[in-house]
Amino acid sequence: KKLQVNMKLSNSVFNIVTRNLSEIVEYTLPKETRRMNLFTAINDAMRVALSTDETAIVFGEDVAFGGVFRCSVGLREEFGPTRVFNTPLSEQGIAGLAIGYASMGRTAIAEIQFADYIYPAIDQLVNEASKFRYRSGNQFNCGGVTIRAPSGAVGHGGHYHSQSPEAYITHTPGLRVVIPSNPIDAKGLLLSSIRCEDPVVFFEPKALYRASVDEVPIGDYMIPLGIGKIVKVGTDVTLVGWGGQVNVLLKASEMAANLGISCEVIDLRSLIPWDTELVIQSVIKTGKLVVSHEAPKTSGFAAEISSTIQEECFLSLEAPIQRVCGYDTPFPLIFEKVMLLW
Amino acid sequence: PILNIHDTLKAEKWPVYRILGIKGNIIEGATEPIINKELSLKMYSMLVRIQVLDEIFYNAQRQGRISFYMQSSGEEATHIGTAAALSYSDMVLAQYREVGLLLWRGFSLQDVADQCFSNIADLGKGRQMPIHYGSRELNYQTISSPLATQMPQAVGVAYAMKLSNSQSVAICFFGEGAASEGDFHAAMNFASTLEAPVIFFCRNNGYAISTPAVEQYRGDGIVSRASGYGMHCIRVDGNDILAVYTATEQARKIALERNCPVLIEAMTYRRGHHSTSDDSTKYRSLAEINFWRDHFDPVSRFRNYLESKGWWDSSKEQSLRETEKLTVIQAMQIAEKKPKPQLDSMFEDVYKVKPPNLIKQEQELLKHIAKFPDHYNKSNH
Repeated sequence: KKLQVNMKLSNSVFNIVTRNLSEIVEYTLPKETRRMNLFTAINDAMRVALSTDETAIVFGEDVAFGGVFRCSVGLREEFGPTRVFNTPLSEQGIAGLAIGYASMGRTAIAEIQFADYIYPAIDQLVNEASKFRYRSGNQFNCGGVTIRAPSGAVGHGGHYHSQSPEAYITHTPGLRVVIPSNPIDAKGLLLSSIRCEDPVVFFEPKALYRASVDEVPIGDYMIPLGIGKIVKVGTDVTLVGWGGQVNVLLKASEMAANLGISCEVIDLRSLIPWDTELVIQSVIKTGKLVVSHEAPKTSGFAAEISSTIQEECFLSLEAPIQRVCGYDTPFPLIFEKVMLLW
Repeated sequence: PILNIHDTLKAEKWPVYRILGIKGNIIEGATEPIINKELSLKMYSMLVRIQVLDEIFYNAQRQGRISFYMQSSGEEATHIGTAAALSYSDMVLAQYREVGLLLWRGFSLQDVADQCFSNIADLGKGRQMPIHYGSRELNYQTISSPLATQMPQAVGVAYAMKLSNSQSVAICFFGEGAASEGDFHAAMNFASTLEAPVIFFCRNNGYAISTPAVEQYRGDGIVSRASGYGMHCIRVDGNDILAVYTATEQARKIALERNCPVLIEAMTYRRGHHSTSDDSTKYRSLAEINFWRDHFDPVSRFRNYLESKGWWDSSKEQSLRETEKLTVIQAMQIAEKKPKPQLDSMFEDVYKVKPPNLIKQEQELLKHIAKFPDHYNKSNH
């Protein structure tokens, strides 16, 4: 059932009709589109969420005037100050507020200004949000929590404006981690994340906010969570990435084509739970896997993928799985190009 | 123009609001609250219930029948005084020493025992340590062990209540130790700036495990912090149930009318050990514990008050304690015999819908157990 969906992905359109996202097989996108970049698409997703869910609120540092990355432009004017507002400067407060608000069956869309600053919120995310439903015996839940944060290298960010902290969050049963690579996916995935009945951490590749532009469907649509996408079909080697790295992998696959190598590129889109079936089927076909991310190599999410694929595809593998990742150093400003191997 | 760096320690200490004297008399100048006999006796019987429960369950842990327990000895009035002043629609976000609010709202001794014995009737499905109660029906969010995390969440709950115009408040409980956590500061600040109808109730009981208050903070307790956040506040005698009751009633009124937070610091004393994993005689004297028991016990203080009104006497006392004791013991015996939760509940509720990785892991586990059944004691499942 899963395999059939994925084979249709290259020419299919997507539209979720039910909230039970893990059971979605087919989906279609609205036909009318408008040219949007990543932050406009995210802005549009939040506008749709606020319009269709009267309990939805958007908050964080500096979201009222539009946000430091313009993601919340116009929302306060349209939906009012009780629904779109600034909080004091405290990530643990932002996360705790989101959890408490969502525990009342309402929708909290919280922004952490940079993923590099998510760490004060880790206690609330790991000890509280992820366990809220389980520990209460399903009496309570905070499924209405969505935490958005810009992540990844941006060209001049250095240690504290470039991080990709997904590995810390993916090690947490009960949370979902979602990372879009383009505006169309971003809008659909963010709407799914907001409406999903589990707490979601949504990382947005900040380098793509302005740079990634596409014809994004107008109106309401969702793209399912937990399902990856084959963005380029190939036969010789599987390349897996997410977020900003997907474009890098596509570029690498063009260079490889000149050498006669056919690459299959997979955009994972959701890191937990992740689409193991999609990658397994691809590696069975190609026999080779490269996983690539900006985050440091050791204990990065590529380690999880490598380990799982090694278990599931051992007899299909023709070569060791490779991880092409950031080096195990803090993100050095002056050496960014080396760090990212651009 | 005169340089004056203030020594805030030289300022006057915050006064303690009190109605009942130690002997159960209404102190001079205090206004006796109008609480009818029925309500007063319900409050008293709940105080006794907490005491009886605490003693029997503490011993049960000592005997190895449950793995862990925490008493509320000396702090019973902070539970019942608040519980009686709140509405059932007010959401309680407790820390771990507030079982009385649950009991007040209808959580039975059987419910308590089921949770502590982690049996199949535990609403929490046996997933957490004893005393981590929670009840959706009774508007009491499930306890979690990390301290102060409930505080910014309480602000979120209150904000939701404000937006939905529910005419309810959120109340969170915490000790003076938890008030040192960053989440305390975040919560207080957010509550003020977001204008949230939340009551912050601090049980200042003198100890955070072995750490006395003098090592926890240097300022004038927790109440003195309120002005830093622009917040309404009061310090009360936590062992005076009438003071706790009237202060909470008033705090609730202010929070609702003005959509603002209120901080209540209840001065009390933790007579018991921190938990069954603690022996507090290692860091404080028996004389100190006995002093508080002999002079500042909230239960006997209220009993004296009730007796002075002709509403209580020693034969009623004996009868009540016997009944409570029998009920607790019976609940415990029943709880001990109930089976434990089934294994198929282990992978539920991690997510709303079980994802592929958990389906797979569950199958692996079941296959493993089927292969080596003798290694897994299935008698209780």
